[in-house]
Amino acid sequence: MIYDVDLETLPREELEALQLKRLKSVCERVYANVPFYRRSFDELGVSPADIRSLKDVSKLPFTKKQDLRDNYPYGMFAVPAENVVRIHASSGTTGKATVVGYTQRDVDNWATLMARCFMCAGATRKDLVHNAYGYGLFTGGLGAHYGAERLGATTIPVSGGATKRQVQLLRDFGATVICSTPSYFLFLLETAEQEGIDFKSLPLRVGIFGAEPWSDEMRREIEERANIKATNVYGLSEVMGPGVSMECLEAQKGMHIFEDHFLPEIIDPETGETLPPGETGELVLTTLTKEAIPLIRYRTRDITSLDYTPCRCGRTHVRMSRIKGRSDDMLIIRGVNVFPSQIESILLETPGLSPHYQIIVNREGNLDVLEVQVEVQEEMHLDEIKRLQSLERNLQKTIKEFLGVTAKIKLVEHQTIERSQGKAKRVVDLRGK
Amino acid sequence: MKVEQISIFLENKAGRLADVTRVIAEAGINIRALSLADTSDFGILRLIVTDIEKAKAALKENGFTVGRTTVVAAEVPDQPGGLHSILDLLSSNGINVEYMYAFVQQSAKEAILIFRFDRTDQAIEVLLKNGIKIIPGEKIYNI
Repeated sequence: MIYDVDLETLPREELEALQLKRLKSVCERVYANVPFYRRSFDELGVSPADIRSLKDVSKLPFTKKQDLRDNYPYGMFAVPAENVVRIHASSGTTGKATVVGYTQRDVDNWATLMARCFMCAGATRKDLVHNAYGYGLFTGGLGAHYGAERLGATTIPVSGGATKRQVQLLRDFGATVICSTPSYFLFLLETAEQEGIDFKSLPLRVGIFGAEPWSDEMRREIEERANIKATNVYGLSEVMGPGVSMECLEAQKGMHIFEDHFLPEIIDPETGETLPPGETGELVLTTLTKEAIPLIRYRTRDITSLDYTPCRCGRTHVRMSRIKGRSDDMLIIRGVNVFPSQIESILLETPGLSPHYQIIVNREGNLDVLEVQVEVQEEMHLDEIKRLQSLERNLQKTIKEFLGVTAKIKLVEHQTIERSQGKAKRVVDLRGK
Repeated sequence: MKVEQISIFLENKAGRLADVTRVIAEAGINIRALSLADTSDFGILRLIVTDIEKAKAALKENGFTVGRTTVVAAEVPDQPGGLHSILDLLSSNGINVEYMYAFVQQSAKEAILIFRFDRTDQAIEVLLKNGIKIIPGEKIYNI
């Protein structure tokens, strides 16, 4: 099922023509209205008139998160303050929060894009949506909320926290769709198991998970344990919030970036050069329709690749692969690049371990040390030391083979790793700056 | 013929063992036998208790990682060579002992050996055939 059939299945030529028209317009708007952009266009000697094809986007300056911080709070706004109907702020996963604003049209577009996402996951107006994304300044809660309402589904604005109660509500209200971070969903599952509620027996059918990087192995774990389909949604508050791209249920292979609203590029995060389609690098997004805060070539720091091959769902919009990591989540351990999601994949493929883990990085002398703490599961044969030790050794070996770094493995007791209510804290870096 | 044992995964942290014994004590459960194996990071506490279900439930409720295994209890005379004779018998029959621990009963006439074998049923067969007394679980729990 496709929410905006015409736009989501637009032939590439027409889609690109639309993108070019919108790209020209957004360049004109920011050049005229945002001093930051006028300066950075001028510095590079580029003007909106230089945009004659989509390829010309590479002539434009990048926007970095730091630019939003430097222009805190309203410096990046391209419309008069009275046209702004809502303010959100980023969750500040890395550093100080950044502020974003929306005009009425922005909020409308956002709801439509989220409605597209719900339909990508197979949801319709007949569904009941349990929305466990946090409400408030974080874009997750309200973003999913208005999308579900736009779709016409019954929306249950649960927000995060009060986990036991959430589990009861899931059972009593009979939600068929859930929105949350994947780590919080696992926490809900675990809580349900303790409360004697079997997710498999509930009407819950599909989960729309996002706001943190996760792996295909975690998807399988969730799908098996809850007997639902687990889908991946992507977004970031600077660009809009959730709903920038979404996986379709038909393929479950990559997230369709809604290209009528966003122009994606992949660049080499080191050199800033544009990479050819299919290569892995940093995702850069230009907003094509946003009014309050249009962003030109925003560096998302998310590492992914783009797939322009046709999708069996019929959508023509490009698909981005599951986020491999954030370029600033990337850990450099003794010179080796390591993404937490790679460690997660290995842990989840190891029987006897839970999906709850934390990565601790420290420095001993001049040497980086990586410790992976992971909870043992009760089903594991717990009475033999040598079995647990061989589990540790095998895990260490696999991590060494796949990632090229030696990690100390520390098995910890059940439920000792903090359960997140929103974004899971997977990495503790104690090395200092 | 078999004995149920609970095993608890413990991180090497001060007071963690006392946390276990507190929970067991508060649940009114008596410990019959125990052994503790440890590495630098974690340990495994193995317990034979008067009420395994209750102990397991109480421990789980208090957030412990609890497993359950089957072991065998054999009785040997409490005299020099008592343990040796039984180990000799097992090794000549190709049965491996994963781990074992022992305790002496009040009477001091017999010692009780708790074994975890790689092949439990075969081990029981060998022991019985050679006239070794195996103590059923019920009896151990209620000594």
